[in-house]
Formats: sequence, C-alpha cells, structure tokens
Amino acid sequence: MVRGYAGKFLDIDLSNDRIAETRIQESVLRQYIGGRGLGARILWDRLGSRWEKVDPLGPENLFLALTGPLTGYFHGARICITGKSPQNNGIIGSTVSGEFPIELKCAGWDGIVVSGRAEEPVYILIDNDKVEIRSAKHIWGKDGKTTLKILTKEDKEELDKRYVRYGIQKEPAVLYIGPAGENKVRVAAVQQKWTHAAGYGGYGAVMGSKNLKAIVVKGTGPLPPVANIEEVKKLIRETEKISFKRDRIRRWGTGYAGYECGAVRSSEPVRNWQEEWHDEKNVGGTRFDLRYWVKRYWGDYGCAITCMKLAVIKAGPYKGAISDNPDYEMEAYLGPNLGIFDAGAILYLSSLIEDLGYSGINGGNVLAFTTELYQRGILTKDDLDGLELNWGDVDAIANLAKRIAYREGKYFDILAEGTYRAAWKISELKGVDVLPYAVHVKGVEVGAHGIRSGEDYTKDICYACSVQGGDHTSTVRDAYSDMITVFQDSAVYCNVITWGGPIEGLDWKFLKAVTGWGITEEDWKRTLGPRIIHIQRAAELLGGPDVSWKPPESDDNPPRFYEPLPSGPYKGSAADREEIKRRRQEYYEAIGWDERGIPKSSVLRKLGLPDVDRALDKIR
Amino acid sequence: MLHLCTGVWLGKAFRYWFHIVRRRVLLLRRRAHIKIFMNHHSCKKLIQTLVGNMGDNEEKLWISRDYLKCTGCRRCEIACTLYHENKIWPEASRIRVFMLVPGVEIPHLCTQCIDYPCVKSCPYGALSVDEKTSAVLVNREKCTGCGACIRACPGNIPHLHPSDNYILICDLCGGDPQCVKACTDAGYNALRAIWEKPTVSRNLFARKPEDLTRDVAENLYGEKAAELI
Repeated sequence: MVRGYAGKFLDIDLSNDRIAETRIQESVLRQYIGGRGLGARILWDRLGSRWEKVDPLGPENLFLALTGPLTGYFHGARICITGKSPQNNGIIGSTVSGEFPIELKCAGWDGIVVSGRAEEPVYILIDNDKVEIRSAKHIWGKDGKTTLKILTKEDKEELDKRYVRYGIQKEPAVLYIGPAGENKVRVAAVQQKWTHAAGYGGYGAVMGSKNLKAIVVKGTGPLPPVANIEEVKKLIRETEKISFKRDRIRRWGTGYAGYECGAVRSSEPVRNWQEEWHDEKNVGGTRFDLRYWVKRYWGDYGCAITCMKLAVIKAGPYKGAISDNPDYEMEAYLGPNLGIFDAGAILYLSSLIEDLGYSGINGGNVLAFTTELYQRGILTKDDLDGLELNWGDVDAIANLAKRIAYREGKYFDILAEGTYRAAWKISELKGVDVLPYAVHVKGVEVGAHGIRSGEDYTKDICYACSVQGGDHTSTVRDAYSDMITVFQDSAVYCNVITWGGPIEGLDWKFLKAVTGWGITEEDWKRTLGPRIIHIQRAAELLGGPDVSWKPPESDDNPPRFYEPLPSGPYKGSAADREEIKRRRQEYYEAIGWDERGIPKSSVLRKLGLPDVDRALDKIR
Repeated sequence: MLHLCTGVWLGKAFRYWFHIVRRRVLLLRRRAHIKIFMNHHSCKKLIQTLVGNMGDNEEKLWISRDYLKCTGCRRCEIACTLYHENKIWPEASRIRVFMLVPGVEIPHLCTQCIDYPCVKSCPYGALSVDEKTSAVLVNREKCTGCGACIRACPGNIPHLHPSDNYILICDLCGGDPQCVKACTDAGYNALRAIWEKPTVSRNLFARKPEDLTRDVAENLYGEKAAELI
C-alpha cells in the first residue's frame, strides 16, 4: 500500500447511476502526487484525445475533487477541485479549505471523479464504503446557508441512526454549490461551510451542469498510515511553531492589507481597475475587526494560522449578514473595485455573493465590468431592466448579482458567461469594442493584485504566462517560481501557511515522512512540476469548443494594465509592451516552450509525455 | 550634581524593586513546589495514610472549555489521537469538535461529573475513577460496548471506538492533557487544565452538542441564529 494514500478513488457516472472504485498505480501517484497534478493526468488520460470537442458544461466533462498525501498532515487541510474549466477551457486546480478532505480520506477515498449528467438534481452521500446517489430536488434552488443547513441536519440524523450503537458522531462534511452554480454561471464556485470557496475555474458551473447539488461525506476511519509517524509528529510541531510566530496574519488575516495595498502599494483594483490607488481607511482588516468580528481566530482542520475571522453584522441596514473576514481578495473585489468604501457594505455583499454561490474574485470582476459598461453608457438602464448601476450603489450591485446568478433577462444571461465571453457578446450586440474593459487573462478574471506600480508581489508576466490565467496564487516570475504552488495544489494543503516562504524546505521533508518517497525540491522543479504545467498548457492551448487561445498573443496582460495609472503615488506607471514581450520569450525559453509558446516536442518526450506531444501537433 | 543625585536615587529604587521581585519569586516558587508535592500521587497516598483521607478537599483535574474561543482548528483532536492511537483519527478522538453550524465549534469531552452517572450505569464494572485526576478510566477487557454509559451521560459524550469494541472517554492523559497543550500553545485558550476541588458546577458542561450549539449560535448570530440551525 502506498503510504499517505487511502488507496482508492471513487468513480461516479451520473448518467448511468454507476458507482465504481478506481485504483491508481504507485508510479503515477509518485509522478503526479495528487490534487492539481493528478487531476491534470486523469483529465488528460480520459479526455486528452478529444479535448477540443469536450464541452466543459456537457456530460462528457469530469468533475474532480482530489486530496493529496499531505492533506490532513500538513496543517491547513484543503481539497483540490478540477476538471475542464468553463472559464479557460483548460485545466485549473482550485483548492478550498475545510473538513471535507479529512472526512473523505477517513472514509477511505483519496478523491472523487464524477462524470455524466444526472436526469434530475441529485447529491452524493458517502458513508465510508457506502455510496449513494440521492435526490436533491428539495434543495435545488436553495442558497448556500440553507443548503448546508438542510443537508447537515438530514444526513447527520440518518447517519446517527445507522451508527446508533456507536453513540453520537460528528456531522458529515458537505461540498456544495449555490444558485449560481445550478444555473451554470461561469464564475460560480464550489463551496464548503458558508464562506469557503474554490473560485477560480468556474467549477460550480460544472457541478451545476451535472445536476449535482452537493457531495456529503462521513468517514469514521483514521487518516491513511504514513511512512514515518514519529517524523510526521516532529514536523507537525516544527511547522506549527513557525506558524504561531506569524502574529500579524493570525490576528488580522489577509484582509489586513486592504488599506495598505491601495494607499501605499497602489495595486488594489478600484472601479474595475480604472485606478489602483485609494486612501480610504475604512477598507482594511482592522475596521472590520472592532465592529463585526465575533470570532477573531477561525480555522479549518489542523490549521495553526487561523487567518479566517467570523464576521456578523448585528445592527444597521445590513443586519443579519454573516461572512468571513472578508479576506483581502473579497475586500478589494467587493469594495474599492465596485466604488464601495464602507466596511459594512463590503461584508454584506460578501455574505450575499457566498449565498448565491459565486466566486468572490471572478464574480466580483463581472459586477465591476458591468458597472463600467454602465458608466460608459454602453449598457443602459433599459438593457439592465431598470437598474441604475452607479459606482458605490450597494443595492443596485446586489440586485445585479442576484439577476446574474439566476440569469434573469437578456443581458444578465450574457453576463453570466463571465467577463471575457460577455465582453465578446456585448461587443457584437452593441457594435462597440468592450474588450479593453475586460480584466481577465485567458478567460480567468485577474486576482486583486495589480502589476502596474511594481510594488506588489505580482509583476510583468505574473498572470500573462500562468497556466491558471488570472489566478493570484499561482503566478509566474521565472520557470520555477510557481512550482511551489503547483506542489501545494498537488500535495493539497493551504498555501497561506507557506505564503512568504516561512516553511521553506519542510514541505519536502513532510512528503518524505508521509509517503517515504525521496522526491527533492530539485526533482520537483526540473521534472515533476513542469510535467503538470505542460499538461495544463496543452489543455489550455487546445481549448474549445467555444474558445481557444492563440499563443503568444493570448499570453498577455489585460489591456487595462497598459493604461497608465491615473492617480496616486505611481501615477503614470503602466506595463511596458516591449518588456512584457521580452519577459514572455524568456519564460518560454526557460520552461521549454517554443517561440510561439507551445511546449517543445523534445521537452515533452524527455519528460515522458508523448501523448501530449502528439495532441499538440494539431496546433504546431 | 543633579546627575549624581538622580543616579543615587535610581540605584536605591532599583535595589528596592529587585528585593521585592526576588521575594515574590521565592514565594511563588515555594508555593509551586508545595502544589506539585501535594498533587503528586505517591505523596497524596503518604499524606492519606498519615492524616487520613482528605476526601472532598483534594484538588482534581478537569478541562474547562470556552466555546466562543474555539477556532475549530481541531488540533485538539489531532493531539488526542496522536497520543492515544499514534495516528490522526477524528472519530476516535476523546475530544471531538462538533460543528453543526459553521462558526459554532463545540469541543465535546468528558467533564468528570461529581456523581459519575456513567460509572454507576456500567453493568460490567468496566468504568472506574482515577483517584489522582478524577478521570473516568475504561477497562478495555471488561467493556462490552453495550452503550449504557452513552445513555447515562447527560451530554452523550462517551462513544464507541470506530474499530475496536470499547468505549472512549477522556482519561485526562494521566494528568497532562495533550488537547489543552495544543490549544494553549496556539494561544487560543479555549481549553484550560484546571486543578481544583470538584464541585457540582462541572456537571453543567455535560450537555448534548445540539443544545450547546443553540446557545452559542444565539450568542454569535443573535436573532439570525434560529434561521441557521
């Protein structure tokens, strides 16, 4: 048995109600580890030969929820959601924290692969080895909080009955989608708890397209055995000790930077990225703290950082809103980027977005894009069924979010396709080119860290050349810079823990202690990591059926990043086209892609990916 | 001149302060020694034989819990099962964090009721009380997994081991609870080890997760709590 793995994957075909068990060879696990890496391999094996023809929202696509060997051992448990992405038509690994991966591993499964499409809304109940597909008619259309409440209650009651001899058991964990996912909105997230979301990739829409509302899992076994338990215990203590010292992020979370990113670094999106500077002190972790936080340290399984905070609005117009901190990304995307600078309003929108089942970053980007089109008079009050969409108008924006989630009305239906696709369609309908206002990289809306001032960690080709598009967690500086994120997404643990590199080196020790494999950082950077990147790249370039990306033109920043910043200390700064071109070629060369950005035949064959090489012949 | 005066004065003040601190430290150290001595099992036995049973006046251990401070990190479960099972095993943990509503995390573990309804209920005499700590000890040979103690516990806290046939009840790790260490190391202090004379107040913590959830949810979410449960 492979150490660190439960040893089997759940293979569910919803079209035929077929539930099966798949085992994966150790040689494959050793090469792709789990999560994003293994997901890319499974997707390529099953769909690679006809990738361009697979509709991400069709029954043929796969929905994968995969753990990794370090999940549950390295503190900050996550699960990686992947599949053919309805945003970039490639493969994106999107991770989300919570207890779901722990319950899944304790139930004896390393991951779930869902294919097909159910006739009617269903959810999957996994009780250790017993797996059922159940009707979800009674929860279809329900918001996030209600869905979670009903499923937790009914399934816990049922499980308690099954295990009555054992006394009471902890509640099962639930992975679910909200109304946005059900309606196949391409910026819909896959969620856990209320506030935890796998946002990038639009996998909420993939679950929705399969008529799959939720997956509920309860496991009563232990986490899979490891190679060296004493070493694991030692490493847990060591990593925790480092994390305990990170007082700032523990106390205020990532939202702490909400003011600083705008006022000092000038890298926070303001009014759909028209500016990246603001001096509004109401946006920043500490302002949420005093008024709204009811839990100042809130975390998921095994976490020693607990950067999440539980926020509740108890008075005023937004009374009853419940959300997390919000974290920096949500703070920026549902605040300044919509012209909103009021902590309460940001929290209210955050709560609403979560209930509707959006990804905060991608969904927030669509809201800002629409508001800018209204500002420019391209979309009018008539187009938006009477909505007057002004910057900072919280009610109007909340209304917009609801209408898009339910695709109510012509333009709302178009906007539900995400910023990039909506921009194409609106350009056609209105006869005006609105693509310059779409802030995305290869269909994936960009995270809330700008590149223009050069003061944030995101620089020149960070997003442009990333195989995850606008993902702010997997950015590129050189051929090796995102390999650590690829590892975290594949071994599947939280990247906030290691953010800024305090745990450097311990990851590899952990992998050895859990699996017994002697994989070094060097092996990962030179061989294993690039393999995953090349598969993701091939999938992205082949794309289809509605959109395919043309390298090298598509490996570019959003047009907005070339407009000089109009305000703040970095007024006039912009990305330089020539510089970007140069950096892009440097990256291609370093990672092993040709001058057009297509992985080189020689590189792929050397890495043992002849199937990927053959598929790419079509576009060479 | 002025400098000199200030210097002399400061020197005196420092000496006086040092004297006070030293006295404090010595006093505290002496107290701590007495406490360690008093709590040491063999010493207690000795004292008991010399002066008779101290009975109700003895300090015993229990773990206080602050649900509002619980972060839901469940590192207590990890610590518990690494100690008792040598693996990570959430359902085999003697302390389990229930989360029936997100944000409402309920660490659920034995509170050592002073009347021990679980011990009394056991038809096989498998449960006993640890004299030193007051923990309920399980005799795995005698336990049949009948579940009488689960039903007797007002909080349904005992639960069967998921793979072996015996009941799981917190044994206070023999006096040095690992869950408390995990919690206090992180600075959350949702769990604290308290040595004190047992009182009936302990019994109040033996409650079902559903009931505790209702109370804590109201505290966190106010009127909205009713919608969420």
